[in-house]
Amino acid sequence: MSSQYTSQEALKEVDALAAKQQSIYVYEAPVRLWHWVNALAMTVLAVTGYFIAEPLPSTAGEASENYLMGWMRYIHFSAGYVLAIGFLGRIYWAFVGNKHARQIFVLPVWDKDWWKEIVFEAKWYLFLERDPKKYVGHNPLAHLAMFGVFVTGTILMILTGFALYAEGAGQDSLHYALFGWVIVLFGDSMQVHTWHHIGMWVLIIFVMIHVYAAIREDIMSRQTMISTIVNGLRSYKDDRP
Amino acid sequence: MSQGLETFYDVIRRRGVSRRSFLKFCSLTAASLGLGPAAASQMAHAMETKPRIPVIWLHGLECTCCTESFIRSAHPLVSDVLLSMISLDYDDTIMAAAGHQAEAILEETLEAHRGNYILAVEGNPPLAEDGMFCIPGGEPFVNKLKRMASGASAVIAWGSCASWGCVQAAKPNPTQATPIHKVVTDKPVIKVPGCPPIAEVMTGVLTYMLTFDQMPALDRQGRPKMFYSQRIHDKCYRRPHFDAGQFVESWDDDNARKGYCLYKMGCKGPTTYNACSSVQWNDGVSWPIRSGHGCLGCSEEDFWDRGSFYSRLEDIDGFGVEANADEIGMAAAGAVGVGIAAHAAASAVKRVIQKPDSHTRRPHDGSDQA
Ligand code: HEM
Ligand code: HEM
Ligand code: SF4
Ligand code: SF4
Repeated sequence: MSSQYTSQEALKEVDALAAKQQSIYVYEAPVRLWHWVNALAMTVLAVTGYFIAEPLPSTAGEASENYLMGWMRYIHFSAGYVLAIGFLGRIYWAFVGNKHARQIFVLPVWDKDWWKEIVFEAKWYLFLERDPKKYVGHNPLAHLAMFGVFVTGTILMILTGFALYAEGAGQDSLHYALFGWVIVLFGDSMQVHTWHHIGMWVLIIFVMIHVYAAIREDIMSRQTMISTIVNGLRSYKDDRP
Repeated sequence: MSQGLETFYDVIRRRGVSRRSFLKFCSLTAASLGLGPAAASQMAHAMETKPRIPVIWLHGLECTCCTESFIRSAHPLVSDVLLSMISLDYDDTIMAAAGHQAEAILEETLEAHRGNYILAVEGNPPLAEDGMFCIPGGEPFVNKLKRMASGASAVIAWGSCASWGCVQAAKPNPTQATPIHKVVTDKPVIKVPGCPPIAEVMTGVLTYMLTFDQMPALDRQGRPKMFYSQRIHDKCYRRPHFDAGQFVESWDDDNARKGYCLYKMGCKGPTTYNACSSVQWNDGVSWPIRSGHGCLGCSEEDFWDRGSFYSRLEDIDGFGVEANADEIGMAAAGAVGVGIAAHAAASAVKRVIQKPDSHTRRPHDGSDQA
């Protein structure tokens, strides 16, 4: 069985277009909205999270007049809720949205062509292929990273984040009932902190590469990238297969 | 030794404790357990009517700091009453009997009170070499532990040794010291961790079990909720400085004198479940953070293996040197940043070398789009 995420499938879809220069609607409005809300939430979470772990120089004056760490944590937790609820919404949209809305949650590991094109894409990024292929959704390598790093990493952050939150909320809290098992799974509180912290760096590195690749592909590939995540439309720069 | 039919109250009175003191003990203990005023009379009633439950206290690989803590209970009353109450049918450290006479008590209790006595264990058994690294009374401790656990109604694991393994189980753990719950798997094991646990916590747990004849409510890790459901950080009196963002930045700075939060000095209060910040030590005289030092996390699993006492998070091995998550993260992000810059430069070169219209050299439909 072949999946819908390889270049052959993309070509079929492109060919199906009446006029070759027409574009395909890939990222529906909820996905695009989620993308930017999520990007903002993650940025806020990484900044506040970093300063929770490595607090700024001490404030002066009475403790009662200052609430720097308090605000830092408050903003972190609020952004954490935005991230988590947004992610749930994104999962919902994977069920009701178009087929591209499902892509980052499913890896077509059964599809040999998909694996071959991962190798192809890796070679393209290593300058070993002269011209790139066309894709409608994510290219296979990006697809792998979206699932393996972004989706997995986000789930890790949400689970560990809410487990840490549950510790503060107390053992009688709903949070603890829902996420207390995460602490037992990781062993203890400190392990959860450590993994939550490592997860931040994993996601920071993902975003660095993601943004770079998006800009680079926007310039180097044969299809639109940044405008696609803004207006949802994928257009192609040439009509060749 | 063990006169199964006596009540706690009989024993206490026989030991010369007045009724007044006895009632005072009940209300004190009820308060320390966080129970309502009604519990004090409930407790008194139970102790007057219920037969005394024998307690066997075994010692494996340990340093005796738990016993030391226990017999220094803040209220002399508590330790007096408790010591007579449980009468410690067997405790090789503080019992009068010795040698074979002492060991005989174990067998006697096992027979006479099977299914009825509480087994309290301080320290843990080493499993390597068939347990030959700990042989009290000529028998590997692990065997003795299993035998005595078989007849116990419940097992209390005193301290971090019995609960988690503690220092003797720290890497590389040559004797394979193993916490109680991994050896005794068919009985409820109540973990009372700490190195040592606070005396009031120990007496509180025991009193609860003896008077109410039931296990205290345990958390997911098997610790009594009444003492271990909150972190040091949740009740720490320096917490307002944490929330304000006021930290000790070095050991001898002005902030240290002002009593600011010790987070930046590696205080493990935010990850440590214990009652120090509420019960405190030595009858509320002080406790570690109040004396100006961060919490070491002594009641948490494997606290010896969790890196420096002065770093809040674990060190991560396997990077040549031990490094913390931020050092590794920043190094990795830096390396990726350099990689991206190099890749971008190479991409720019590729675009220059490969003519923009090069796609049309493989014409498909005559389009000259680049
Ligand atoms: C914290 C920051 C960000 C995160 C976590 C993130 C994450 C993601 C994810 C998960 C997707 C997949 C969307 C889906 O299929 O549902 C995506 C797509 C995309 N993102 Fe981001 N993003 C971030 C920031 C940015 C920024 C700043 C840009 C702009 C340069 C950008 C450009 C894109 C583009 C162009 C796509 C579509 C890729 C394609 O068409 O294959 N992202 N992003
Ligand atoms: C991309 C997502 C996230 C990032 C990058 C992030 C980052 C961080 C970092 C670096 C820390 C400090 C950890 C330490 O060194 O102890 C932290 C702490 C924490 N985070 Fe997150 N986090 C994220 C998501 C979440 C979510 C979804 C929640 C859930 C509400 C959450 C709740 C917490 C809590 C409760 C703490 C502990 C605060 C404290 O110890 O005072 N985080 N986060
Ligand atoms: S001193 Fe330690 S336990 Fe107290 S508030 Fe600061 S970090 Fe928390
Ligand atoms: S403050 Fe921390 S290290 Fe000190 S006794 Fe309490 S739990 Fe143990």
